[in-house]
Amino acid sequence: MENTDFINKRGADYKHIKGWGIDADPKNDPTYPMKRRTNEEHKGYTWERPTQQAQTVEILHSIERPNLTAVFGTSVPPSGLSGMIRRMAFKKSENEYGHWLPLILADRVNVVEGVIDDFMHGTFPNIFVEKGYVAQWRHDKPGLFAKLAVVAAITAGAVFLMTRKNDDD
Amino acid sequence: MLAMNYRGPKRVRIDHKPMPEILHPEDAIVRVTRSCICGSDLHLYNGNVPDTRVGTTFGHEFTGEVVEIGSEVTKVKVGDNVLVPFNIACGKCAFCRQELYGNCHESNSQATAVGAIFGYSHTAGGYDGGQAEYVRVPYANVGPTVIPEGMDLDDAVLLTDVVPTGYQAAEMAGIQPGDTVMVFGAGPVGIMAAKCAWLFGAGRVMIIDHIDYRLEFAKNYAQCEAYNFEEIGDLAVFAKKQTDSLGADVCIDAVGAEAAGNAMQTITGRKLLLQAGSATALHWAINCVKKGGIVSIVGVYGPTDNLVPIGNVLNKGLTIRANQASVKRLLPRLIEHVQNGILNPKELITHRIPLEEVAEGYRLFSAKLDNCIKPVLIPPSVKS
Repeated sequence: MENTDFINKRGADYKHIKGWGIDADPKNDPTYPMKRRTNEEHKGYTWERPTQQAQTVEILHSIERPNLTAVFGTSVPPSGLSGMIRRMAFKKSENEYGHWLPLILADRVNVVEGVIDDFMHGTFPNIFVEKGYVAQWRHDKPGLFAKLAVVAAITAGAVFLMTRKNDDD
Repeated sequence: MLAMNYRGPKRVRIDHKPMPEILHPEDAIVRVTRSCICGSDLHLYNGNVPDTRVGTTFGHEFTGEVVEIGSEVTKVKVGDNVLVPFNIACGKCAFCRQELYGNCHESNSQATAVGAIFGYSHTAGGYDGGQAEYVRVPYANVGPTVIPEGMDLDDAVLLTDVVPTGYQAAEMAGIQPGDTVMVFGAGPVGIMAAKCAWLFGAGRVMIIDHIDYRLEFAKNYAQCEAYNFEEIGDLAVFAKKQTDSLGADVCIDAVGAEAAGNAMQTITGRKLLLQAGSATALHWAINCVKKGGIVSIVGVYGPTDNLVPIGNVLNKGLTIRANQASVKRLLPRLIEHVQNGILNPKELITHRIPLEEVAEGYRLFSAKLDNCIKPVLIPPSVKS
């Protein structure tokens, strides 16, 4: 017996929708190129480049290109231990895990560096505010309490285990 | 000036940072008037994008007033109110000249696989973003577009990313009149993709998510069907049953790396970072689309690998189309649609948050509190 769960519901009452079909393009099938194709890239890296931005800070660049781009971002140059890891990562191409995994490691190291830097500048990071818990307090108190309860339980468990170990000694 | 300051995964704060300076003759400095938090900012916020350095200011969706220009800037002048596409593009390289403004070759030294994006890690160029009072805008002859007279700033700011990305998702899907379209993800981009699918003549539009308030919003805003994947069971079976066993004509992945719905993907992609995010939505898109169908991807993934059923792509003869939106290419048409009332982007905005409360804004958006669809940050100078 045929399974009647299968239906061919194709829609019907859609032309009331403002703008329906105004951008329909029968040529836009997968063989129709999205870009305005000029094949300019066949000539290689030969276009008239924009003026080169002066390099005033260390910029790491992908080894898959020969140079710095004409313009580049200058926020947060590499520094400290995380910077050393990032420099190492940029010796590998984007094709390698050896590029991306050290960058993720550097990001985590950088978080610790950020906390140290805060302390060195006399700032004590307000984790409650930085994590946006004010919004959670305002709109989802049960969720916040549940989160705090989990943290408290884990902390209590850890203290209990450490204490028990000491007692065993 | 005040600027958002990334301190580590799920930790941001407002800080005083030095004013941006003109570093190149084509630079402009823009005083920000609106700046959104984007769903793709959450990948940064969660620490999932490699080379996201502590101290970076996020924000790639913003409008502002030009307050200073470099010596080679001719297309905008001091005092212009502009909307700034999220892509940083030179306009001269072989890719820009083919209108691939999201793939510029002269703006991102750090990576060749992605163009430059404001405030989107050093992998996307190392530029500070617009969640600040002021921002440096490179290639000001190319990106910034003067906001047309009478256009609401809230509409304008959504033309920098959400609208073009949603529109390009539908465009890349090659929708033909009468097509059945499945959109995965009822965030702002997914909702906009569903809305734009009608403009290409879709016959049926279904949006899939698991957050009920978002589905309800999408149903009303995009005039489409909305389904909670936690209630309908196996999505591939659902898609087949809805299409007489053939599959949707096109599927759009508007989720990317933060997708929920599959424990294995969530653990390996989001928790352990063993893949470049959770590819659940893409997996579903591939398995729900018809043979010979098109999968359009605008959801953002990281630069490494993802687990998706690539064998099914081959065996079903699928076409996958994907890119960062080419905002500049699409703007003239989209401005027209907004001015003619065909698209009403500002209706997506549910929360206006002072820039000083940026940390709360991120928590609100990422935890989907208070029925948040789209939060906009308002700098103090605008309020006064």
